[in-house]
Parts: sequence; C-alpha cells; structure tokens
Amino acid sequence: MKSRRTAFLLAAMLWPAMAWAHAEGGRAEGFLAGLHHPISGLDHILAMVSVGLWGAQLGAPAIWLLPVTFPVVMAFGGMLGLMGIPLPGVEIGVALSGILLGLAVLAEWRPPLWAAAVVVGMFAIFHGHAHGTELPAGASGMLYSIGFVIATGLLHGAGITSGLVHRWNWGRWALRFSGAVVALAGARFLWQVLT
Amino acid sequence: MAGVDVMNRTFQRVTVILISLLALPAAAEAHLTGTGLGPFYDGVMHFFLSPEQIIPVLALALFAGLRGKRSSRIALFLLPGAWLVGGLAGLARPVAGQFTALACFSFLVLGALVASDAQLQPRYVAGLTFGFGLALGYVHGSDLSTTSVGALGLLGTASSIFVLVALAAALVTSLRMPWTRIVVRVAGSWIVAAGLLLLGWTFHSNAPKLPSQSTATEQRHSVPK
Repeated sequence: MKSRRTAFLLAAMLWPAMAWAHAEGGRAEGFLAGLHHPISGLDHILAMVSVGLWGAQLGAPAIWLLPVTFPVVMAFGGMLGLMGIPLPGVEIGVALSGILLGLAVLAEWRPPLWAAAVVVGMFAIFHGHAHGTELPAGASGMLYSIGFVIATGLLHGAGITSGLVHRWNWGRWALRFSGAVVALAGARFLWQVLT
Repeated sequence: MAGVDVMNRTFQRVTVILISLLALPAAAEAHLTGTGLGPFYDGVMHFFLSPEQIIPVLALALFAGLRGKRSSRIALFLLPGAWLVGGLAGLARPVAGQFTALACFSFLVLGALVASDAQLQPRYVAGLTFGFGLALGYVHGSDLSTTSVGALGLLGTASSIFVLVALAAALVTSLRMPWTRIVVRVAGSWIVAAGLLLLGWTFHSNAPKLPSQSTATEQRHSVPK
C-alpha cells in the first residue's frame, strides 16, 4: 500500500509540466505588469491590507463589504485616471488613507456600515486614480486590468486573513499595533508629499 | 546452403531498411503555431486563451449558479446553443473591428449581477443568457471567419462553454455556507472592477488590444485559407 502510494507520488512529481517556452507578445507583459502594479508601492500595499484588517475587526458584513467596495471604487478611480480626468491632491489622498485607515485599525473604530464603506470608497478613488495615471505604455488593457484587480483582491485577502487573529486577545493587540505602524507610515508618506 | 545465405542476407537487409524507415525522424513540429491542434481543439484553445470570452461566460455561470438549479440548467444548454447560433451567423456575415465595448459591457453587467446577487427569475436569466450568448458568439464567429478553424472550431468553443458552465454553475449551486456565496459575489466585484478598468483603457491614449487580437495563435489562424 505504502509502495503504491510512493509510486503514485513519484509519478506525480515526474509528470512533465508545460514548458511555456514562448511568451506570446503583449500577454505576459500586460498580466504581469497589472499583477505587479498594486504591490509596487508600499503606500498602496499598506492601505489595501489595512482595509482587510479593518474589515476583519468590524466583522460581518463589513469583512466582505469593504473588500468588495474597495476594488470596484478603485477601478472607477483607475478609469478616471486612464481617461485623463484630473483629480486634485491624489498623492495627499493616498497618504491620508494610510493615516486614517491605520488609525481606524488602531482605535478599532466602529462606524455605521455605510460610513465605513464611504471612507474606504473615498480613499479607493485616490488609489485607483494614482494607478490609472501611472499605467505603462503598450500593455494589453484587458490582461493588465485582470492582473491589477487580482493583485488588489489578494492584498485585501491577506489583510482579512491576518485580521482573523482578532478573535484572540493577543491578536487584537497585534492588530492595533499594526494599525499604529500603518498610520505612522502614512504620516511619513504625507510628509514626503508635502516637503 | 547458398540459397539460405542469400535469403538470410536479404532478410537482414530488409530488416535494417525497415528499422531505418521506422527510425526516420518525422518533422518535429514543436511549435503549435505552425500546426495547430486541429480545428476543434483550436476552437477550444481560442476560447480558453481569450479572457474577453471566458470571463463573461464564467460570470454568467456563477450568476446562474447563485440563482439555483433551474437557472443553471437553462444556462447550461442555452448558452452554448446561443453561442453556436451567433457564431455561425458571425462566420457567415462577419464584422471587423475590436469589440472592446462589448467586453466592457458584459464584464460590467454580468459582474454587477453576480456581485449584487440580483434576484432575477429564471426567465430573465434565460433572456440574459440568450442575449449575451448570441452577441458574444457572433463576435467570436466573426473572429474565427478570418481563420481556417471554421464551424468545427466553433463547436469546440461551444463544447468548452458547456463544460465550463456545467462545472462553475454546479459548484455554486451546491454551496450552502453563506460565506462561500459571498466569495462568489466578491469574484463578481472583481469582474466589475476589471470591466471599469477596461473601459478606462478604451479612452486611454494607448488604445487597448483584446488579447485574442495579438496572440501568436491568431497570427497563425490569420493565414489565408
């Protein structure tokens, strides 16, 4: 029985994977560029993970509503950026999102659900706009968009998953501490923008 | 004895020649861009390598799954059928151009339906399925009309759609835990977000290209019949 299982395992390990020797022009570039873009800046990463952390602190239904709101509204902001519609104070808005979302996690702020969605949505527009105006030339639009959305969603997922430690006392303190770190990082980003 | 020797030598020679013939290397055809997989499987691959086609189908399957068994059964048979009808029409009377607007529209509408878990009755699900199947199938058929894949490729695509809808809708229909349905709705919101970004791309100075319009597969298919 054991040897049969070993044989199966060995066979599975020896199963040849596809070589994918030829990346088709424009495809990998678009998808990978989209996947990479949301994780290319620490300000964006911290804000998106904070959304997940805050959602986990607030519990259902916010744990799902906030990560649904953020990508959609962020994509709306990205659309505005792509269309060339200007939005004033984008970088300040991005930095402020770090501060306020960090403070929300630190203080375990529990506003009404609609207010939490509005706060998250408002900052998402800034993040999306910043991404939209920074897009690389020549990438495949659709694959870029898909990669971008997947990366954003996974960052929220990372936040939510980390935020599940909220059920333990030490976890609550760890979350609040991480909120403080995010707020401080946001303050630093704001300082950089203003100076 | 001499006759036997001649027989043996002849036998040996024939054997060597036969083995040599068998060992003769055929053309490696390592690059599928030169050979393809055959029209049917080219149709299958074309579908699975075209996000603008696979994502609306997936969204429709998820939505039908959220709406229950009856809607799922309707989508399972109606979507490949409508796609086939639309595709044949596209093959017969193709239109040229990029169909980014249709891709955006299908992403936004179908993604929003999934994300909001819209409580539509099965007859409306059927209408949506038929409409989108016909439109997307027509575009797909027009796309295939420039290739050597033809109706058999369309059949491959329709079969892929059947399998995809069967798997996705059955999975969603079987979900019982509330959070699992919410995960499906989150997937819908991602589709909406991708649609919004794609809409932005259409107005961007770097005009977007749908993936199927830039692939090596397409370049191969564009060889005149």
